[in-house]
Amino acid sequence: MKNPLESLHMTVVLGVVLTVIMVLVAQGIAG
Amino acid sequence: MEFDPFVLHLVRVLHVISGVMWIGLLWYLNFVQVPTMPKIPDEMKPAIGKHIAPAVLFWFRWGAASTVLFGLILAWMQGTLGAWLSIGFADGSFVSAMIGIAMWFGLIMAFNVWFVIWPNQKIALGIVDAPDEAKPKSARRAMLFSRTNTLLSIPMLYGMVAAQNSPF
Repeated sequence: MKNPLESLHMTVVLGVVLTVIMVLVAQGIAG
Repeated sequence: MEFDPFVLHLVRVLHVISGVMWIGLLWYLNFVQVPTMPKIPDEMKPAIGKHIAPAVLFWFRWGAASTVLFGLILAWMQGTLGAWLSIGFADGSFVSAMIGIAMWFGLIMAFNVWFVIWPNQKIALGIVDAPDEAKPKSARRAMLFSRTNTLLSIPMLYGMVAAQNSPF
């Protein structure tokens, strides 16, 4: 299977997904 | 310990300027140089490999170092270093959690720059002696870690900027 990081578009999509996860985690920590 | 607001301001500005240098060059490498290389005629490729890329990597790695240095100094001067490094678990604040997670992404990225990307680029670009068969492997490793940093740069920048004015 191709590494998703070989695609620049997929890298950006994964970065946006990780950003959403980060906001949710930060909200969870802040209660 | 209380610090002069002007000194705090100066350190913050140096942190931001260094960060623009670092992430600007990271995005140049990933959005411009790497995708354009296959389209460049072979006789012109040495201009990139021997002149442009080494200069980019110089400012890139020292930009990374000074961003981290001024960022850590700024957090320490503000008395928030512990709260941010604990990603908000120490004070339960959303701002500390956002900046803290972003800070850890930035630290991982700086580690990748200095201890993975730069050593592998030195081999790939022929800056250090290495067998020819090691070069493609090193170039691929450097590219994938550079892509990892591009991925991490999105939440890292968002966390740094949006922590204090997040609509969420």
